Amino acid sequence: MSHVRAFGVFWWDFIVGDDWVVAAGVAVGLGLTALLTHRDIAAWWVLPSAVALVLVISLRRATRSSK
Amino acid sequence: MTHGVFLFLTTFLASGVEAVEALTIVLAVGVVRGWRSPLIGVGVAALVLAAVVAVLGPALRLIPIDTLRLVVGALLLVFGLQWLRKAILRSSGYKELHDEGAAFQEERALAASASTEERAGMDWYSFTVAFKGVLLEGLEVVFIVITFGAAQGRLPLAAAAAVAAVLVVAGIGLLVRAPLERVPENTIKFAVGLLLTSFGVFWGGEGAGVSWPGGDLAILGILAFLALVSVVLVRLLRRERIATLPAAEVGA
Repeated sequence: MSHVRAFGVFWWDFIVGDDWVVAAGVAVGLGLTALLTHRDIAAWWVLPSAVALVLVISLRRATRSSK
Repeated sequence: MTHGVFLFLTTFLASGVEAVEALTIVLAVGVVRGWRSPLIGVGVAALVLAAVVAVLGPALRLIPIDTLRLVVGALLLVFGLQWLRKAILRSSGYKELHDEGAAFQEERALAASASTEERAGMDWYSFTVAFKGVLLEGLEVVFIVITFGAAQGRLPLAAAAAVAAVLVVAGIGLLVRAPLERVPENTIKFAVGLLLTSFGVFWGGEGAGVSWPGGDLAILGILAFLALVSVVLVRLLRRERIATLPAAEVGA
């Protein structure tokens, strides 16, 4: 494995971790929040809800793969 | 004030658990192969980590605060959710609890079986294992110190909390000369996961333009909500896991 690839894999593992769904869910949650606030719609509830949903989905994936 | 307390607490706890894991590695190598080379490895790794904080910390201050909070919030969310996810899986029995005693024995056996190679006047195995252990565990701490410190403009406080935690763990490690098995690592990781995720939600939201109801106090509401969700998930998963176990295992 080249050093560049190893470097990329290290940072991917370090930041994204075991489940890419978490990072994708966070990106979607933040994007939706920004979109709503840009249109002057109260969006404080979006991120907490998104985090709870991401947690449920990610845990479901982890427990299914461990069975 | 509230943010300062949370900043210190989160950084102290996160640094403490990572320091406990690094201590286990250094102790295992030092006990078997001698102390000089692993201690040099620890020192070099500490210098690298301090340099990362010294360079990246001030550099982040150049980014506009809203952009910084959005980026820091996103990173803390991804990072915090990883900690929280693992903590919930451990608490519900789907993942084994981290055992410092077992990790120490495993590391010790590896150190005993490794060959001796001298480089730069050091036992190279001891140096590299201690260096890598401290650097990798320390990177998580550095990440938390930099993101928390930069988002609040209080890098020295975050760094002081991390240094204090490392000194406490190293001091206890020197006294007992054994892995710190009684530290409730999994509980601390659960708490740190909750704190990182809560601050990620708060700062990420602010960066995306949210005006939080209650201002700064909203952080407590977010923390309470995520704690409740996590406890409910632990209970549901634990019940689900027990339901799938064979009857003999449940009764044992």
